[in-house]
Amino acid sequence: MTSLPATATQMALHHARNAGTALEPAMFEGHAVNRSAAEKRAAQLTTRRSVKKAHQAAWLVNAIRCIDLTTLAGDDTAGRVRRLCAKARQPIRPDIAEALGVTVTTGAVCVYPTMVPHAVEALEGTGIPVASVATGFPAGLMPLPLRLEEIRWAVQQGAQEIDIVITREHVLTGNWPALYDEVKAMREACGDAHLKAILATGDLATLGNVYAASMVAMQAGADFIKTSTGKEGVNATLPVSLTMVRALRDYGAITGERIGFKPAGGMKTAKDAIAWQILMREELGRDWLEPDLFRLGASSMLGDIERQLEHHVTGRYAAAHRHAPS
Amino acid sequence: MTEITDILKTMEYGMAPEDSSAVRDWLARHEAGFGHFIGGSMTAPGETFEVTAPASGDVLARVTQGTQADVEAAVAAARKAQPGWVGLSGHERARHLYALARHVQQHARFFAVLESLDNGKPIRESRDVDVPLVARHFYHHAGWAELMETEFPGAAPHGVCGQIIPWNFPLLMLAWKVAPALAAGNTVVLKPAEYTPLTALAFAEIARECGLPKGVLNIVTGDGETGAALVAADVDKLAFTGSTEVGRIIRRETAGRGIPLTLELGGKSPFVVFADADLDAAVEGVVDAIWFNGGQVCCAGARVLVAEAVEERFTRLLSARMKALRIGDPLDKNTDMGAIVHPVQLDRIRRLVAQGVAEGAELIQGDCPEGCFYPATIARHVEPASTLATEEIFGPVATITSFRTPEDAVSLANATRYGLAASIWTENVNLALDVAAQVKAGVVWVNATNLFDAGAPFGGMRESGFGREGGREGMGAYLKAPQPEGWETAPEAPGAAPGLGQPQQGIDRTAKLYIGGKQARPDSGYSYAVPGGLAGLGNRKDIRNAVEAARKAKGWGKATGHNRAQVLYYLAENLSARATEFEARLTASGSSDAAQEVETAIRRCFWYAAQADKFDGAVRPTVGRHVTMMMPEPFGVMGIACPVEQPLLGFVSLVLPAIAMGNAVVAVPSQTHPLAATDLYQVLETSDVPAGVVNIVTGERDVLARTLAEHDDVAALWYAGSAEGARVAEAASAGNLKSTWCLGSRDWSGPDGQGRAFLERATQIKTIWTPYGA
Repeated sequence: MTSLPATATQMALHHARNAGTALEPAMFEGHAVNRSAAEKRAAQLTTRRSVKKAHQAAWLVNAIRCIDLTTLAGDDTAGRVRRLCAKARQPIRPDIAEALGVTVTTGAVCVYPTMVPHAVEALEGTGIPVASVATGFPAGLMPLPLRLEEIRWAVQQGAQEIDIVITREHVLTGNWPALYDEVKAMREACGDAHLKAILATGDLATLGNVYAASMVAMQAGADFIKTSTGKEGVNATLPVSLTMVRALRDYGAITGERIGFKPAGGMKTAKDAIAWQILMREELGRDWLEPDLFRLGASSMLGDIERQLEHHVTGRYAAAHRHAPS
Repeated sequence: MTEITDILKTMEYGMAPEDSSAVRDWLARHEAGFGHFIGGSMTAPGETFEVTAPASGDVLARVTQGTQADVEAAVAAARKAQPGWVGLSGHERARHLYALARHVQQHARFFAVLESLDNGKPIRESRDVDVPLVARHFYHHAGWAELMETEFPGAAPHGVCGQIIPWNFPLLMLAWKVAPALAAGNTVVLKPAEYTPLTALAFAEIARECGLPKGVLNIVTGDGETGAALVAADVDKLAFTGSTEVGRIIRRETAGRGIPLTLELGGKSPFVVFADADLDAAVEGVVDAIWFNGGQVCCAGARVLVAEAVEERFTRLLSARMKALRIGDPLDKNTDMGAIVHPVQLDRIRRLVAQGVAEGAELIQGDCPEGCFYPATIARHVEPASTLATEEIFGPVATITSFRTPEDAVSLANATRYGLAASIWTENVNLALDVAAQVKAGVVWVNATNLFDAGAPFGGMRESGFGREGGREGMGAYLKAPQPEGWETAPEAPGAAPGLGQPQQGIDRTAKLYIGGKQARPDSGYSYAVPGGLAGLGNRKDIRNAVEAARKAKGWGKATGHNRAQVLYYLAENLSARATEFEARLTASGSSDAAQEVETAIRRCFWYAAQADKFDGAVRPTVGRHVTMMMPEPFGVMGIACPVEQPLLGFVSLVLPAIAMGNAVVAVPSQTHPLAATDLYQVLETSDVPAGVVNIVTGERDVLARTLAEHDDVAALWYAGSAEGARVAEAASAGNLKSTWCLGSRDWSGPDGQGRAFLERATQIKTIWTPYGA
């Protein structure tokens, strides 16, 4: 049985962290994003590419490696988080993993700040990082000092990644300096923890706004840009994701920095997992299929992936009740 | 099972082969060879040729080379079936077309796989583009059949249609041809391309399966000789899609036969990227423009014109995108570009590219497998005059040329003998519509490319052909309105020697030619005698000068309909003021009812003035979130050869609709009675008709008409004269494939002398697609 490298090693960045830049509006002002064309390209991604049989299984295993297994609910408890962490450590039933010849964990678990201590405890020794949302998630409409304090608190509790939300108002009013300053302050508050900037694209209305907000977040030092909280009316979509990864590519072309991308919310199926990986491979290349540059913010998606993998191994269609819940 | 971990290292896609067993079974069943589909059944195979899969070189089937006898048998079967078919109600024909649409959908994957095997195009395209459009076309035309009686009252089908289609979209082109023809009540003899006849033969089987009456659809396979036999056959309408070269031959072959012709020919379409465009979107547009179907698309955006300010960045993005394309097995779902249809085409692409390189083009190319494949190619530093910028390559080769200003872009876009399609990329709606209006193309896509729909007319300007397919306009091509029969008897050639005229009284009046708003002596220095005096004997050089003057009258086509209407009303006013003078002229010319002719001419001015701001286009529901506009545009310079009889009314009836729509005309008035027309130039002058909008060259009509027909800068020609003159004009028009309309003799004062048909013939449809979304 060939083992993949342990998750801890996978997580090690293969590149330096984003140093950010000064606020450079020239990098996004006047940048056109044509909605119809973005939708057309997004629709073609999955009609132009298809993975079958062993390739499909491998791509699904890779998706698991990139999942931020998430619970962000008002009724989260220590027990619920421990169960989630158990699933993160062992995302597929051992016999399926064995038949596939892989050892795999999810990329991270993602919880509310007060759940961080439970997650850290449950994942001790696994190398699986704990990500915490912060900054008044999901709306972010809390005084900035409190939001920064929340970040510091979560980091102190052991969160290695912080998923912050931006103030949508700054985007809708074009107040780029305010957005830049806010994210930059958050990045400082994160210290060594990685910052994922949630743009809440469902609130931003236009793809031009999505591109600009992506660029400002990266200029301010975001390690990842992330689509959604999962709480907006519309969460991760392929056209929005396409716009963000192109922003990320453009930022990289100018600065040399490598930024990660995390779609989140609304992705529920193994098919979605493949679709977003095709997006990454087509638009950015092989490197963006690694967990240091790509995460899928999802919860129920894992269950569907596990069923598909069992089908791959046994040739029979699987039932959810034969797999461990997350 | 270490395979999974190996794949995890590379994260390659692997192969995703489409199952072809159903198609292989079908081919095995026809191993003995295919005959033709004539009169509702397959004939026994005759002399056959091999049909191969371009991707593998494997022989797929043997298909019969159609002989002249085969073509005649098919035409006879179609002829026999036609009365019964047109005798059905529109609703009954609609049921048949609906059944065809349903069967295409039910056999969708079969057709897609067969098409990809036969043509070499990737399964993604045949599955997601070709076959769904085929079904859509039959549905749409089932609708037209249903609506025939209400939407086209009084119109009748032509009868038997001969249709010749190319190999790049074999089944889709069949649908484009067959669906409107059948909807209108015609019967069909169709010849598919010899490289790709298989989906047509499969379609014949489903036509039989769904009970299409025998002989309504006939399919004869074969090469160009079979096509030539079909062109020569006794058909009532011909439609051809293919190369401009063959289109030209067909135009000459059919000249004077009085059968309507639709030609959908080649292109070298511009793809214009402005600096403010979404460059990633434009890059993806190039993928869909020139790497769609391996660039073997008549409307492919082959000439990428990019603003110099973003050329570097655009080229970088495009090259990176190109290198991610996967070229190979058409039946692999991961293939972006399949095989080139035939080694003959591959050789042609290689030859043209080699020539381009010799002329200084620099290539950027992707990978491609061995065999009948050609890599995705970008050619940089392509000068407008070079081979790669001018010749239609019909392969996956995009040229990149930079421009500085919108004016520059339009001028480069229009620097081609073709005029099929154009793609314009900018986020500025002002700029997009401005350029869309200026490009010479039958189809314009704004921030998009290669969009098709059965409801949107498709077809070219210039040497890309004439006629439209799709929508109401496409139906119009398969219908005819009742027309008067018979041709004028050609007048004798005018004599240039003195002594033939009648003695004149009063002060001598000199009728000159009228060119560029000025009276001009004929270049020849000769005059000829006509009733009432002498007329200038115009020659080729006068035509040349008149066309130049017309070309300069550009402002007229851009004037508003209201402006043109005002001028035409004013023309009526001034004509009315001088009515007695014109009556006297016409009476002297032998007219029995001169007052009536002048009065009708004045009314005609009013009628076309009224139409000038009302004859309009349409917005069609095509695909979601698009505005698809049909805009009638003037041709530019039109030649008009007028009938001998009713010299004032004939002239006015032909010239007015042309200028009402914004054309500038070079008119040859009645050869025998030209003075009513030359009198008119004083009226034109006083009526503020701008210089060059109407040019009048008197002389021997058929000789001057021929010069107009041959003139490459005349975009359309109307000829009202003799049968032989019509034949000569049509044959001579093949040079630049100008649109021609030959009108038989008629009473110009009656309903045949005026109407929308004249306006439709004075314009060409430009279809503009604009997707939208915040």
